[in-house]
Amino acid sequence: MNAVNNVVEIKDLRVEYPGRQFRERPKLAVDGLNLQVRSGEVFGFLGPNGAGKTTTMNVLLGFVNATSGAASIFGVDVRQLIARQRIGYLPEMTYYYKFLNTEELLRFYARIFRIPRDEREKRIDAVLKLVELEAVRKRLIKTYSKGMQQRVGLAQALINDPDLLILDEPTSGLDPLGRMKVREIIQRLKDQGKTVFFSSHELGEVETICDRVAILHQGRLQVEGPVNDLVAQYQGNLEHVFLKIVGFQPSS
Amino acid sequence: MNNVLALAGVVIKELYRRKDFYVLFVMTAVITMMLGSIKFFNDDRIVRYLKDGCLLLIWISSLVIAITTTARQIPAERESRTIFPLLAKPVSRAQLIVGKFLGCWLACGLALIVFYFFFGAITASREHAWSPGMYFQALWLHWICLGIVVALVLLGSVVFTAPSSNATICFIVVMGIMFCGRHLNGVAVHMGGLDGTIVYTIYYCIPHLEWYDVRDFVVHDWGLTGLIPWVAWAGATLYGLLYSVFLLGVTWLVFRRKTLTV
Repeated sequence: MNAVNNVVEIKDLRVEYPGRQFRERPKLAVDGLNLQVRSGEVFGFLGPNGAGKTTTMNVLLGFVNATSGAASIFGVDVRQLIARQRIGYLPEMTYYYKFLNTEELLRFYARIFRIPRDEREKRIDAVLKLVELEAVRKRLIKTYSKGMQQRVGLAQALINDPDLLILDEPTSGLDPLGRMKVREIIQRLKDQGKTVFFSSHELGEVETICDRVAILHQGRLQVEGPVNDLVAQYQGNLEHVFLKIVGFQPSS
Repeated sequence: MNNVLALAGVVIKELYRRKDFYVLFVMTAVITMMLGSIKFFNDDRIVRYLKDGCLLLIWISSLVIAITTTARQIPAERESRTIFPLLAKPVSRAQLIVGKFLGCWLACGLALIVFYFFFGAITASREHAWSPGMYFQALWLHWICLGIVVALVLLGSVVFTAPSSNATICFIVVMGIMFCGRHLNGVAVHMGGLDGTIVYTIYYCIPHLEWYDVRDFVVHDWGLTGLIPWVAWAGATLYGLLYSVFLLGVTWLVFRRKTLTV
């Protein structure tokens, strides 16, 4: 696979957070991570809490600077602003400006992407239809339920019709119906040929929609490959693979 | 510039959807009208007291609006995590800072127009005379002063985590400069030696916000015989803009490499 087909490319990534107290040693969050996400695939980024998943995403989005190593999106260094033009991002917990309604929020983000005025309104209508929030588009976001807020998050991530979607635990805290709706949307995006890079603790869901997965543990990449290959190799479902890799021993 | 204007628009929208401005405006109006309703000893100069009181309230209200609105911008974005979806888009941190500055500054400008219009109406009703040129100069200098204050508070907001501590510290610094700034050089002359040099250095380094307070000029009708010299007015404007740009530059230096963790 050549570099052009790699939408996300991470090479020898190392991230250390400085100690919070005087003389406290830096905390190693990611250690020598190498990863490629190919065009058009749904890539599951797994690992227990504190494994370094969110830190890696933060590096890709420019929130955190890498201590060493490199990361690029569509061949552009993530530190450059242009790298963020073709991506959509949904954070783990979605909080948006409470004094705005969904339509105003989406208009604001569309303006940032420099979407022309008439196209802007069409995009807003399209994403609101996709996330099924058309009826409440004029209601302030603070009045929404958690599931609705998560769908606002998805709508803002899709406003620029991105080629790469970075989703940090998109179904976290949602009820089964909400989860199913988010899963449906991801599936639809996959069908449209979008690349989706997402982290999740819902392994059943990952097994259903992901083409490939990577499992991170204590900042290091433990395993990476197509879901089917890993399941066959470890002779169990993805949960079994995950528990085996992170070294879980049942108490009984 | 597009991103900066989009960000500024959201800040202005926030100001008029919150209650702070309305509360302060109503408070200023009510206190001024109460002052206006009292007639002290049939003294004509009472109108001056009324104008002085009204302008003092406008200054206090505008500083409260500028400091509280600006202090919560970046810390609130971080606290409520709205900064993450925002910076995941093609928005640089420099644009974020300039957008927030512009939004807060323009919002203060809008508030000032309302306040000064009210002041003009009150004055006209009592004195039956207007001096729009003088009011414009006073409003403009007031706005430039608020530009420096907004830039200063924005710098504080990337240094201090809590908006409340930032607002308190900035309020004390601004009040300190407005009350003591003009006297520092005199104090330095009296002190002499190394201490005097230090006080002199402080005098030349601090932004002289007191230059923009032309309340005496407005209250005592100096404007009826002539305006503030336009050269002085333009010089004060340039000084204020340069100071604001300098403070924004420092804010960007502090914020540009700051780690933001979800």
